[in-house]
Amino acid sequence: MSTSRTMALSYLDEVKLLRSPRRDPWRWAALVAAVVLYLWIPTYFGDPGLRIMAMCGIFAIGAIGLNLLTGYTGQISLGHAFFVGVGAYTAAYFGGERGWPLPAYLALATLIGFTVGAVIGPFALRLRGNYLVVVTLGLVFLGEHLWNNWDSVTGGGNGISLSQAPMTLGPLDFKEGIELGGEAYTFEQSFFWLTWALVAVTALLAVNLTRSRPGRAMQAIRDRDLSAEVIGVNLARYKVGAFAWSSAYAALAGSLYGLLQQYVSPGEFSLFLAINYVAMIIIGGLGTIVGSILGAVFVWGGRSVIEQNSSIGLFDRLITNGVGEPGWFTIGEANAILFGLAIVLFLLFEPRGLAALWFRVKTWFLTWPFSY
Amino acid sequence: MSFVAAITGDDLWQTGFSGVAVGCKYALIALGFSIIFKATGVINFAQASLVLLGSYLTFNFAHTWELNFYLALLMAMAAGALIGVVIEALVLRHMVGEQPATVIMATIGILFVLDNLTTAVWGPDNHNLGDPWGIRTRDVFGVTVADRDLWTIAFTAAVLAGFFAFFRFSTLGLAMRAAALDPEAAMAQGIPARRVYRAAWAIAGLVAALAGATLAAGATQLSPATGSLALIAFPAIILGGLDSPLGAAIGGVIIGLVQQFTALLAPEYFDWVGESFERVSPYLVMIVILLIRPYGLFGTKEVRRA
Repeated sequence: MSTSRTMALSYLDEVKLLRSPRRDPWRWAALVAAVVLYLWIPTYFGDPGLRIMAMCGIFAIGAIGLNLLTGYTGQISLGHAFFVGVGAYTAAYFGGERGWPLPAYLALATLIGFTVGAVIGPFALRLRGNYLVVVTLGLVFLGEHLWNNWDSVTGGGNGISLSQAPMTLGPLDFKEGIELGGEAYTFEQSFFWLTWALVAVTALLAVNLTRSRPGRAMQAIRDRDLSAEVIGVNLARYKVGAFAWSSAYAALAGSLYGLLQQYVSPGEFSLFLAINYVAMIIIGGLGTIVGSILGAVFVWGGRSVIEQNSSIGLFDRLITNGVGEPGWFTIGEANAILFGLAIVLFLLFEPRGLAALWFRVKTWFLTWPFSY
Repeated sequence: MSFVAAITGDDLWQTGFSGVAVGCKYALIALGFSIIFKATGVINFAQASLVLLGSYLTFNFAHTWELNFYLALLMAMAAGALIGVVIEALVLRHMVGEQPATVIMATIGILFVLDNLTTAVWGPDNHNLGDPWGIRTRDVFGVTVADRDLWTIAFTAAVLAGFFAFFRFSTLGLAMRAAALDPEAAMAQGIPARRVYRAAWAIAGLVAALAGATLAAGATQLSPATGSLALIAFPAIILGGLDSPLGAAIGGVIIGLVQQFTALLAPEYFDWVGESFERVSPYLVMIVILLIRPYGLFGTKEVRRA
């Protein structure tokens, strides 16, 4: 590896996400691999697997949002599930009940998420650390109460269906499965493509946000808010802004979640979901966009893999699949224990998450045969 | 005024008492939170699973092993203290000085592991705790009072007095206060930080077992949901101020009263708030109080220097 290839010779070079393939071969290789995977996965895997992977993508969008707030701005929130719920119910009401078109209700859900985040954000200005954690946790409980009782919009405890929600985008009908080049695809295949395209767009947005002035302000606040204020960062503006953007991401994830499930009910936006999101960004890597995606895939994908393989090999001996079947744990218990262990082990041994693991592997190859 | 007649003065007294009784249970849980916070500066989510585990251990000793209940309770408290020490040694010791977010998440991880190990061992069914109080009640000035509520109130008062004496008169208590105030300065003065943290976890485990037993006693029965009751104590600790044991106790009682009175009055006077509003009213009260006093009623305001 020669240094001239990595050196930026002008400011324009510096801000480019992708330089020429000759200058930046690794990033190009990763990009090509991602595009190939994106096109190939839906043609190879079956519908149940694609459903899980689409869900991973949905979680990835939400996790990127939470990482903007927690990883980049340093505001810990256990209330992410509330904003996910806001998005899901907005999509369900305007898409499912009112029959708005797909882009309209997705955009509205995102916008309402943004607005609600901006309204709640100012609370965070007065509260810090532990107090903020518990107040955002309270938000989840208040939200659950709202979903359960605002019958005219949320359908109360019964929930609300999205089966009537239109899912067409121009000539593409995602619900019936899209048709491309004379080939008809299933709902799961189409939805995988839709979700991961949105992951790409939202990730790019987030990367650019964090590379620009607001992103630098957010990171200054995270590192030390008092110093940030002293050097002229407007705390109120950027803290509230981070809340609003993170909620917008959560709401988008929520509306996609509703579309995939075709149904939304109050119990889904619980403290457990909120904890899942925090676990995803910790396991993936705080303060990295790619880490949010890795964490979402790891947590949701891992759980699904165990659920599907509970009667194979070692799992079978540990997990009971029914009354009277040998085993110590139910699937739910086994998954929750592994989930908890994963959080603790990552915090103890790789606090910077999967992203750092990836970075370390990359550095090893780049600097070979020298260790750094 | 016909709508007023539905609630009598007796109802108010009765609700007031049950509010205090429920509040004392929250206070016991909250005291466990506050001692960890006082020593280490983080909210310990795993406290909820220590409460659950403590109640199941009491059940195990009292019901399965058929020991005397009070002996069983003492053994459960000792076991709780031991488990607290083990958790501290395995995980939390390695996280001293980390960001609060990191440590909080670690305790959430422990919560998942312990909770599910507990249900894996004892199963999902409801059990009678095996306590001698059962559903016995007595009449005090026209208010029906359950025996177990009286015991809960007595336990809370005893623990609170114990905490006060500990922080005021014992060397370890003083060391804990110093370590909480400024860990580095405390260590420079020769205060054994490790022993302080270990002691805090032991006390937290002990109080958690006691709280678990009072939560699951009598008609409530023991079930895996006992642990989630501990989460209702969050508004209590925040309300009182995280680092104040007295605040935790008062916060607990306030939350208990708020909850019981919401349950009594909401269906009658403001039913537009929806069903079982008492489950969320503590959080509303908490948010309002925090907006006025960001460090709770009795919490120490953080001094921040650049």
